[in-house]
Parts: sequence; C-alpha cells; structure tokens
Amino acid sequence: MAGPDFLVHDAADTVGVVVVETAEAGKPLTGLVMETGESLTVTSLDPIPLGHKIALGDLSVGDTVLKYGHDIGKIVAAVKKGGHVHTQNLKTKRW
Amino acid sequence: MASRSFNGYRRENGRVGIRNHVVILPLDDLSNAACEKVANNIDGCLALPHHYGRLQFGADLDLHFRTMIGTGSNPNVAAVIVIGIEPKWTGRIVDGIAKTGKPVEGFAIEGQGEINCVAAASRKAKEFVQWATELQREPCDLGELWVSTKCGESDTTSGLASNPTVGNFIDKVDPLGCYTCFGETSELTGAEEICAQRAATPEAGEKFMKTWQAYMDEVIEPHKTSDLSESQPTAGNIAGGLTTIEEKAFGNLQKIGRTTKFIDVLEPAEAPAKGPGLYFMDTSSAAAECVTLQAAAGFAVHLFPTGQGNIIGNPIEPVIKLTANPKTAREMGEHVDLDCSGILRGEMTLDEAGDALIDITIRTCNGRLTAAEALKHREFVMTKLYRSA
Repeated sequence: MAGPDFLVHDAADTVGVVVVETAEAGKPLTGLVMETGESLTVTSLDPIPLGHKIALGDLSVGDTVLKYGHDIGKIVAAVKKGGHVHTQNLKTKRW
Repeated sequence: MASRSFNGYRRENGRVGIRNHVVILPLDDLSNAACEKVANNIDGCLALPHHYGRLQFGADLDLHFRTMIGTGSNPNVAAVIVIGIEPKWTGRIVDGIAKTGKPVEGFAIEGQGEINCVAAASRKAKEFVQWATELQREPCDLGELWVSTKCGESDTTSGLASNPTVGNFIDKVDPLGCYTCFGETSELTGAEEICAQRAATPEAGEKFMKTWQAYMDEVIEPHKTSDLSESQPTAGNIAGGLTTIEEKAFGNLQKIGRTTKFIDVLEPAEAPAKGPGLYFMDTSSAAAECVTLQAAAGFAVHLFPTGQGNIIGNPIEPVIKLTANPKTAREMGEHVDLDCSGILRGEMTLDEAGDALIDITIRTCNGRLTAAEALKHREFVMTKLYRSA
C-alpha cells in the first residue's frame, strides 16, 4: 500500500503536512493523523510542495492555526479547505 | 533498552572520548598564524583558529575563557598546545585545561617572536602526538557517552520525523546514564511554556523561563525585525514549508523525546554538574555557534537532524547528520549519515529510526568518520556576548 500524501501531528490540528514530492491541485489526497492512526481525505486546491501545509478546513482571517495540537500563528488571508497554508496567509504572533 | 558498548579513549579524569586530537589552541586572533604553522609542521595536530580573545571583558571574557578551556578539556582531545600573544592569559587557559590531568603546555609570542615560538611549540607538539598515537581505545559503556543535539536548516520533515528520531534516541539512552544536551534559546519561542513543563523540577523550569525571557529582553526585543530578517525562520526553513517561529519551535522540541526531563539549565559552554541526564544550554540557534558551545561543555558526539540540508561539522565533536526529507537525502546524500525518510512513507517506525541512530552513533564512536568529518567540516565559531572594549 502506498504511504500517505500528508501527515497530521495531532487530532486537533487545522493543517497537515504534504509528504509526497508534489501534491497536484484538484487531486484527492489521503492523510494520516499520527496521534490516532485515523485516515482522512482532502482535495488540494493548489499544487503543494513536499513539506508544505494543507488546510484541513476553511480558515478565516484572525483564526489561530493549530499544529502539534498547539498555536503556531494566525491567519492573515482567508484560505479554503485544501489550500496551501504558508507565508502568504499565516503569520507568527511573536515578531 | 539493554546497554551497548563502544571502543573509546578513557582520559585521565575518567571521561570518555571518541577521537584523539592533539589541539593547537590560540588564546587570541593574533596567535592563529603560529598555531597553523605548528599544525603544518607536525602531523596529527589540529589548529583551531578563531577571531577573538582581545579586549574582551566581564561576562564576555568569562565565556571566552570557558570556551577555550572547555574545548581543550573535551575528552575527544588527548593533549593541547596553547599559544598566546602574552604569557598571562595563555597560562590561564593552560591551568584550566591542566585540571583534567591531560598533557598541556603554553607558549607566548612576546619576548621571542613568532618563529622561535613556533619552533618551541612544534617540538612539544611532536612529543604530544607521538604519545597520543600510542593511546589505545578500550571498551566503554554507552551510558558513559555525552551526547548533544541541535537541528539546522529545518523544515516540516524535521518536526515530523528526524527530530523525533533524536527524541527517541534521548528517551532510550537517558535511563543508561548518558549526559545529553539541547539548546537554541530563541528557537523555542512559541513553545517556551511547553518546554518549561519538561523540566524535572520547578527550579529547572523557572531557570529555563528566566533564561528564555532574558534572551528575549536583551537580544531579540531591542533588535527585532519581521521574522528576524529571514533568520527565524530562515529562507531555507521557509522554502521547506516552515512558516512561523512557533511552528519551528514545536518541531525543534521534538528532539528531547516524549519522556525525558531536563534537570538543569547551563550557561553557554558551562559543563553540566548535576549528574547524568538531559540539560538545556542557553545558546544561539546558529549551528556552528551552538555546537562549539556544546563541545566546550564536554559533549563528545553530536546528533544533528536537518531538513533542507545543513552541512555543519565541528573540529573536535563529530556531528552525525540525519534527515527525513527524501529530496535532501537524494540531492545532498554526501552530507547525510542516516536517512530516516522511510518514516514519512510509513516504511520505518520511529522506534526503528531511533535504533538506527544508536547504531550509527556507536559506529561513529568506534572511529567511523561522519560525513562532516570526511568532508573536513570544522566550523569552530565562538559566541560573543557584546562588543569588545
């Protein structure tokens, strides 16, 4: 069986991490929640490179993004489920 | 886990080394040339040129001496020649290293000139090398190994797999009595409270928070820019998918495993003194600065997970590189000692990766050169706290 397309650290997380070399736009991706072993499917809206994050649900401006079950920053531009989450829409709360 | 053994060098003070260097150590920037001349004259010597040692004062000077004395005292070093512009501060380093019981001798340039100084130091270096090359490795318990860790050019694969592999290693060797060390004060920002909860005692947790807050107040706040000018996260981190310092910090913290607790907080280059266990050291997150400080605190081998492919080495503390990024393992394979990208594909468990890291560490301790050693990466970078007088 092929490995997962993306991994999610914690069941509470709102983003996953693509672990295949390129996730094409419009393709259903299979994900694995590492904490629980649970599977999920999300269709990517953008091409997402290896190691980059995919939104697991719709995220609005001001939302806190959770990864490792913890706060990793705030959304500064809305992103839909399956969208690429990175510096264009996620910002640190620290500096 | 049952303990394992490796063949190391048992030093005069009982500490165990995995390399057998004769170091030619400059007190100051002015003495680099003499040290390099001695190392050029005599086979088997290692000169450690650096940029500092003049007109420093207060805590910054204390750190300079701690780093110099600690480097010479590291158990991977068999014997040391110290060369300085003048005899007083040269003698301070010699006296500090001599406490380990290893052979050490100092030479000053003033009063005789560099050529005579190099001649005298070369004669002594030859004697030290011939003595050191007769030392034999002997069986040592894995629990006698001092291990430091720091990650670099991290990406999200670091937090998913290569950092947790180091964490698995730490959780397995902690019960054996190993001394272990992590650092990177500013890079724990966002995860600082979770890190503080990993202290073994309330005192260690408070000391950590005080150390982290001081770094914020004294270093970051007065100078900060957006994302610290592409330094936290770095351009490489961002290319690899890391977006914020908080995300990087939670990934970073995976290196200390799931169960191990840190027992104390060390000053930069301070040797641990509270017995076996995990220590946090107050360091920069720049790879060479951090590893140089950990080596000066006495750590003998370093575990360095990387995402995008940091290529750092250290002259006296072998740096073992691991990556979980399959692209990095493929494109930068010559820098990688352990490829754990199988974790991302579901082909390797974390437990198997941790065991593989123990295996490559034991092979390194037995004498196998790391990728960074074979490629002659010897980044020796002193930490400076403020401008000189």
